[in-house]
Amino acid sequence: MSAPAIAAAPHAGAVSVSTVGMTKRFGGFTALDDVSIDVPAGAFHVLLGENGAGKSTLVKCIMGFYQPDAGSLLVGGEPAAVRNPRDARALGIGMVYQHFTLVPSLTGAENLVISRADVPAVIHWRRERERLAAFMERMPFRVPLDRPVASLAAGEKQKLEILKLLYLDGRFLILDEPTSVLTPGEADEILGLLRGMTERGELSVLMISHKFREVTTFAETVSVLRRGALAGGGRVADMTTDGMARLMIGDTVVRERGSRAETAGKATVLDLAGLVADDDAGRTAVDGVNLKVRAGEIVGIAGVSGNGQAALVEVLNGQRPLRDGRIFIRDEPFEPVRRDFDRFRVFGLPEEPLKNAAVPRMSVAENIAFRAFDKPPAAKFGWWLSRGPIRSRAADLVARYGVKTASLDAPIATLSGGNVQRAVLARELSGDVDVLVVANPCFGLDFASVAEIRGQIMDQRNRGAAVLLVSEDLDEILELADRVAVMSEGRIAYQAPVGETDRMTIGRHMAGH
Amino acid sequence: MSAHLAIVLTAMLGGAIRVSTPFIFVALGETLTEKSGRINLGLEGTLVLGAMLGYATAYETGSPWAGVLAGGLAGVALGALHGLLCSLPRVNDIAVGIALMTLGTGLAFFFGKPFIQPEAPHLPSVPLADWTGDHALAEALRVNPLFFVGIATALAMAWAFRNTRVGLVVRTTGDSAAAALAMGIPVDRVRVLATAAGGFLAGVGGSFLSLSYPGSWNEGLSSGQGLMAVALVIFARWSPIRCVGAALLFGAAGALGPALQSVGVTQGYYLFNAAPYVLTLLIMVGSSSSVDAHRAAPGELSITR
Repeated sequence: MSAPAIAAAPHAGAVSVSTVGMTKRFGGFTALDDVSIDVPAGAFHVLLGENGAGKSTLVKCIMGFYQPDAGSLLVGGEPAAVRNPRDARALGIGMVYQHFTLVPSLTGAENLVISRADVPAVIHWRRERERLAAFMERMPFRVPLDRPVASLAAGEKQKLEILKLLYLDGRFLILDEPTSVLTPGEADEILGLLRGMTERGELSVLMISHKFREVTTFAETVSVLRRGALAGGGRVADMTTDGMARLMIGDTVVRERGSRAETAGKATVLDLAGLVADDDAGRTAVDGVNLKVRAGEIVGIAGVSGNGQAALVEVLNGQRPLRDGRIFIRDEPFEPVRRDFDRFRVFGLPEEPLKNAAVPRMSVAENIAFRAFDKPPAAKFGWWLSRGPIRSRAADLVARYGVKTASLDAPIATLSGGNVQRAVLARELSGDVDVLVVANPCFGLDFASVAEIRGQIMDQRNRGAAVLLVSEDLDEILELADRVAVMSEGRIAYQAPVGETDRMTIGRHMAGH
Repeated sequence: MSAHLAIVLTAMLGGAIRVSTPFIFVALGETLTEKSGRINLGLEGTLVLGAMLGYATAYETGSPWAGVLAGGLAGVALGALHGLLCSLPRVNDIAVGIALMTLGTGLAFFFGKPFIQPEAPHLPSVPLADWTGDHALAEALRVNPLFFVGIATALAMAWAFRNTRVGLVVRTTGDSAAAALAMGIPVDRVRVLATAAGGFLAGVGGSFLSLSYPGSWNEGLSSGQGLMAVALVIFARWSPIRCVGAALLFGAAGALGPALQSVGVTQGYYLFNAAPYVLTLLIMVGSSSSVDAHRAAPGELSITR
């Protein structure tokens, strides 16, 4: 399809936004360095970059959360002063955040109406409903408006977020990694529909992403940020994925795939038999999960966030009680308590390790000692701890795993995300590992850390550990796993060796079909 | 025997209406505050201070309705104080509530000493059943107009939470402060106003205690009803309509002891008087593990986060 409306954007349609020499410093750190990007009316523009490259800073400057130290913003070709998000909204610029900004206990209709600037003191629901129905007629997607938002699926919430911005007359949409909570199918549907709206000149889109597939499929133009500066960009059609990756990471060595040793035909180690568990609100989150993991095998559990994966990992970590079912390790019943973790050599790397696997205010050395502090040589008689062995072991592991910390006595919360992850890995992987449970291990990490951590996981597999990898990043699962399982609505909906399946099949099962 | 039963039931009906009225007001006030995302445990203090100031004002002015207004305004003052203190960074609403509970009762006891003896004018009551000629029933159904005001307030609140901008703004603030801020809603201001308005209702409830039933001012007047009303809000799952039902239930339990006494059952009088407290305990145990209560709770409450 061509884009005839771009040149002559109608008054009520898409609007253009450009930044000119945008610079933002936080203290001595330059988060954004002289960045000029141009998103014409009706464009679908993608902002690529690693974590910390300045993408969020740039869009927050556009939205008025931050005031740039230098540079200016043009909206529709005119200089615009955006002092706060409300100014941005008045100009028709709206943003869909990674976390949802809908009010969970309000219905979709209530959420839409209350978000308007001119809500009447008494709401005439019949009239509002008629207007909403007329509005929905014009919209490309349907969302049930009469149910509390809390009961909607993630994809529906994401659609409602976008509908809300359009309802508020948004003419320039900023999307911050909008597809991280969606199935590939849902993501394609939403992005396709938005692309259609840009082509009809109803909307301009600026999307933050790190998924090359989305960029090549939906975007017309791209800008790549690296360390706060514009590294390159242009028409997507003129660029290759490799070229874009190189712009993103610069001269850093692109990671190699973890080498996979042949380990087929080993015995089952971890056996999950009919696991059932409830979430905090008492709803069934894990609904009869049966899964076997053999020695020297990585089983990757894929799925859209919120389909019970988090609860399953919490069960295996002993953070959530089982309602039904048993866990067996080498045919012996396993209870997720400290004694059994030690006896069966079960280790884990939960998601958000600072929250789930560390005590933020305790020191790096103490956090590294969690598995061993009450055993010799750190402890005498099981209760008398000596700091010497704890510190020397921590010093050794910090050096071996390359944990960057100011001191062994620094609270672990002062470390960066990647270094917390490394410290926890050091603690969990330094001994003999029989079973390893890993959840979203690379979430929010930079390229170098990602390669290293995936390498460590692959190492454990090659040494004969049974690895259960839960990840929302399908690429990660396809790279690491020997076998893929898809979790949907608390059940294992699909299982296949990684060589016998593909992205679309997995995506279909993620969506629950 | 059946005559006795009829008397007990009639007395309990009348008692339920009388005893429940302050519960209705305090529970509605607490519902409004909690819907905005804060817990005000200080309503016990508000209740006592409202009772004392209401009584004193009615005595000084001769108008019981001026007393009701004074009780409400005392509640506004304490509620606004709670709201403002909790708007400071890193201030815990539960701790402030307990402090204000002590402050409210302390102020009331201090300034209320001279008003224990004198007799203030009572609120009038509406005779609903005088026409029946049945003395006990007529006595039971002399209903204070505040009871009807309470029910009307509950209906109005339930309607407003769905159908007005203010109602939706309060619910938004209570469920997701982040979403509210993103919409440009001044979260702290909404909470201060909701807590002050909730305090008004609790203060009115207090004035009922001293100006209608039991109908005098003394230091043992409230005996923890303000705290029970907070438990009642959880039981009612933050619904104003259910608050009325729950308050009537508490009222009936509270009326059990006096009703039995009126037919000559004096054994275990204090045990029966403890019925509302036992009920509170059972409700807390029941609802703290209730999945429904967890789902209905406003997302910003410090107990549910």
